[in-house]
Amino acid sequence: MRARLAPVLIVLAALALVPLFVASNVALNFLKVALMLALAGTGWNLLGGYGGQFSFGHAVFFGTGAYAAAVLQVRFGFNAWAAFGSGIALGGVLGLAIGWLTFRAGLRGSYFALVTLAFAEVARIIASVWPLTGAGAGILIPLKIGIATLQFGTRAEGYWFVLALLGAAMLLVRAIEGRRFGAQLVAVRENEDAAKALGVDTFAVKLRAITLSGAITAAAGAFYAQTFLYLDAGIAYGPWISVEALLTAIVGGIGTVWGPLIGALVLQSLSELGKHLGGDAPGLGLVLFGAVLILVVRFAPQGIVGLLRPLGGRRRARA
Amino acid sequence: MPDLIASAEYVTVRFGGLVAVNDASVPVPEGKIVGLIGPNGAGKTTLFATIAGFQRPNAGRIVFAGRDITRLPPHRRARLGIARTFQIVQPFAGLTVRENIAVGAHLRHVARAEALAAAEAVAQRVGLEPLLDLPAAALTVAGRKRLELARALATEPRLLLLDEVLAGLNPSEVRDMIPVIRAIRDGGVTVLMIEHVMQAVMALAEEVHVLAEGRIIARGAPEAVARDPAVIEAYLGHGAAARLAGAADA
Repeated sequence: MRARLAPVLIVLAALALVPLFVASNVALNFLKVALMLALAGTGWNLLGGYGGQFSFGHAVFFGTGAYAAAVLQVRFGFNAWAAFGSGIALGGVLGLAIGWLTFRAGLRGSYFALVTLAFAEVARIIASVWPLTGAGAGILIPLKIGIATLQFGTRAEGYWFVLALLGAAMLLVRAIEGRRFGAQLVAVRENEDAAKALGVDTFAVKLRAITLSGAITAAAGAFYAQTFLYLDAGIAYGPWISVEALLTAIVGGIGTVWGPLIGALVLQSLSELGKHLGGDAPGLGLVLFGAVLILVVRFAPQGIVGLLRPLGGRRRARA
Repeated sequence: MPDLIASAEYVTVRFGGLVAVNDASVPVPEGKIVGLIGPNGAGKTTLFATIAGFQRPNAGRIVFAGRDITRLPPHRRARLGIARTFQIVQPFAGLTVRENIAVGAHLRHVARAEALAAAEAVAQRVGLEPLLDLPAAALTVAGRKRLELARALATEPRLLLLDEVLAGLNPSEVRDMIPVIRAIRDGGVTVLMIEHVMQAVMALAEEVHVLAEGRIIARGAPEAVARDPAVIEAYLGHGAAARLAGAADA
């Protein structure tokens, strides 16, 4: 099973070299945001892609990670690293809590999706009125570049940091694939009753998945806060990130380690393209996303990874 | 009387006004193949579901290995040693045959490599070995029935509940499966099977319980049960036993 980690490590190493050859700030910014989206998507993918539990509200984890990082520093004087870690932990705890409520009630499919959407919306509304989160004005992390404050002097540093987070998440997912938990999670996705009959504690498996999923997506949120240093409820808990998290995984290849990364690069390119083509016309990126989603669902239900896989399979078969 | 590995005791299951299982008791002696037969809609699958934990009975209890398990969820019962197959096969369609069986094997083997090795051994026992790397969705009906059986066996059960594993198979496929089931029993696993294919029940079961309209109406050796007038009437309608006897006399 060790060998399965190698391709992931190689790609991560290659990505780490990019800033040495690409000096353009525009390009590095683009990649940084793409990797952040890939990280959020990797969290979604663990629960939705591997476990078959489709969340429409991963913003609740992203926003909680982001607000925890900001609020703990600004209001409670936490060290930036501690706040960042707390954000990830809170994402996990929130995942556990939401999972306990929804899965215990036996919610599946569209019911689960709708309830997660509702959780994200409730969180958005609370954050937009609660003084602690800055209410409507939002919250600003004072600019103070340095390792201790986890603020990056160069774009390359921020890029490496988010790449490290994404790398850790991808390696975690890869490790889960090769373990009992991974096999049971996929079994839950494929057929929950059959899994139960084979001794799988489906409730516990889903709880573990949503806890890890929430923590990973919260890491993306905390990174957002440290990078842009400003949050409001619409950014942190807005539907945009729920949509991006699931789109990166679905477009790239649902239930695969590579899906979110590939999907994020493709979608982020489209989004840039939309900005160039449409100028200031808002929402053109979303129109493009919609078109891509329809194309993927219609012609490549396994995403871009699914389109590439038959080639690899045939090559292996011939060898 | 041999030791019972499991028993359903005075089980009643109601769905609204419909009584699907009515005060039914089925003792299962250890090491035997026990058949559960009855006309369509008799409540066989519902009774099975209460033993496997997928259906709570309204009354009665389920005992396994001397322990009352009526309130345990299915996965806990699987851990104790009860495995079931589904009448309507439930493969993990997106996974290969090997991965399907490995999910069952993971119940007793934590390490992935061990579970995969155990899956391969089980596939060999039920004749699925050549198909290990096929996606489950690509299997024929006969293949899927074997996969149901293999997955359940991979959990290393003490009691195996087979819900019509022979239904939908052609006669030669049925003939192929009979020795497989017998070998499972010879390997020390008690088998309780629901079956419509009478040829198979007669060949395999050492003891048969007949369920009709939710009640156990007869039990005993297969040959005796097949001659029981109450059983004939349950299958063929009121007065059928008398008419058959009359026809035999004439």
